Amino acid sequence: MPAHPRSSPELPLVVVKMRTRGLSVFYGEKQAVHEVDLDVGGNQVTALIGPSGCGKSTFLRSLNRMNDTVDGVRVTGEVELDGRPIYAPDVDPVVVRRHVGMVFQRSNPFPKSIFDNVAYGLRIGGMKDKAELAIRVEKALRHAALWDEAKDRLHDSGLGLSGGQQQRLCIARALAVEPEVLLMDEPASALDPIATARLEDLISELREHLTIVIVTHNMQQAARVSQRTAFFYMGKLIEVGETQRMFTRPGEQATEDYISGRFG
Amino acid sequence: MTTFSLVPPGAPARPAGVFTRRDGLVDSLLVAGTGSACVLMLVMLGVVLLDIVVGGGRRLSWEFLTAAPTHGMTAGGIFPAIVGTALLTFLMTFAAVPAGVATAVYLTEYAPSNSPLARGVRVAIANLAGVPSIVFGLFGIGFFVTTLGGAIDSVLFGGELTFAQPSLIWAALTLSLLTLPVVVVATEEALRSVPQSLRDASLALGATRLETITRIVLPEAMGGILTGAILAVSRGAGEVAPIMFTGAAYFLPRLPSHLNDSFMNLGYHVYVLATQSPDVEKTKPILYGTALVLLLLTFLLNLVAVIMRSRSRGKVKPAQF
Repeated sequence: MPAHPRSSPELPLVVVKMRTRGLSVFYGEKQAVHEVDLDVGGNQVTALIGPSGCGKSTFLRSLNRMNDTVDGVRVTGEVELDGRPIYAPDVDPVVVRRHVGMVFQRSNPFPKSIFDNVAYGLRIGGMKDKAELAIRVEKALRHAALWDEAKDRLHDSGLGLSGGQQQRLCIARALAVEPEVLLMDEPASALDPIATARLEDLISELREHLTIVIVTHNMQQAARVSQRTAFFYMGKLIEVGETQRMFTRPGEQATEDYISGRFG
Repeated sequence: MTTFSLVPPGAPARPAGVFTRRDGLVDSLLVAGTGSACVLMLVMLGVVLLDIVVGGGRRLSWEFLTAAPTHGMTAGGIFPAIVGTALLTFLMTFAAVPAGVATAVYLTEYAPSNSPLARGVRVAIANLAGVPSIVFGLFGIGFFVTTLGGAIDSVLFGGELTFAQPSLIWAALTLSLLTLPVVVVATEEALRSVPQSLRDASLALGATRLETITRIVLPEAMGGILTGAILAVSRGAGEVAPIMFTGAAYFLPRLPSHLNDSFMNLGYHVYVLATQSPDVEKTKPILYGTALVLLLLTFLLNLVAVIMRSRSRGKVKPAQF
């Protein structure tokens, strides 16, 4: 396994940024996620792996209450952000999503200019000052490694960018509101290998600023970008641990079978 | 080296004629039948258009468009009818489009997919669309003119006859009921064509549902909504049955200036000229001219809709992989 330069062999879980306890998600009668207890380390990349339909994306979407927007989805159990429960009755899911951002499987820029895409969340948050907006947009685009390519065409449509650039635009858009956690749902699945490599480099840089949880189907990607890996199977969290250990000495037979390509 | 044979060993030889076309005659008949149905449709449309354009084109003039009817409607123009139609259409749009768009927004953006209310509203809309237009006319005089107008008169005007009579506002409201289902259906379609991924992106950035609708969904769907609204309005603009009891007038020497005035209308004018005139031969050129103007106005609206639709389609869509 190629060791990532940034992942030291024994990386301790210093700060628990997000914590789930007994988290279950139901689609109507069908239970998609079963009683998951998972700690997400601050300024780490946590990879969620597992075969299709194992509930990892559903689990991810419950970390910023995106499941609330889908009809017939019910979430039970607890999710905490910095020790504060985000499913408490007095919590506004809209506010949670400003702290826990999300990047989707397919790049989904708004049919607006690059600038307006990145500024969208800021404007929603009430920022009107043009100079301040410009500063924050540039900062977000720089963080998303898109500034050099986009700076001369900020007012062109975001849809004119290439697939990889569009996905980085979506990351910039999510970063602009300065979330503490960024959830990524197979962000590279629609990208070519070069764009994927750029995205992986970007993820490694981003974790200096925030905490990342990434769902991926790609074992090598999980190994390259993450410090901790969680293996999901049939809606259950089978095993979680330090990425290098998970890929070299998995504790569960199912994990070993999956990462060695015996199923999934 | 092996040799290949087309026929597997031991297979019986194919009988002669196995590859002969068998559907030749049926196929040709079908093509001829469906094709002539299309031609028939084109011919009918062509005859109607040609008749009206030729017959009405002769009558069309600046004076015809800007003068009021004179000499018992055997001379003069149709200016009051044009103004009346425009006012009616404008008011009807004002009533039907906001209500229709609001209904569609609720149905697509807010109502849970299994909501009994949403299902009920959809059934109601489908039924509303199937109601014959004369029934709308009867409903208009029964509800708007008599009941609503009567109530307004007794409460606000001390029983003096003001709103309890056929008038512009009631005709416009009656007509808006007729166009409402079309606006709702067209708007729903336009809203549904906005990718869910855009809504997700907006919500994930901490936007509320309302912000997502006003900033992302409605601007994206605007082309489709306007197209649908214009098509609905242009259909309603030519309707006569809903307005003949609720506000359209046979002849008015002056233009309507209040919501409770009666008005002249192109479609109703055609009806009047064709059926109520003492001298049909004398009014015929005016009849043709009026029909042509009505047709042109409707076509103009449809043309605007077509242009807007092609514009909104021409917009760049998100890249698909």
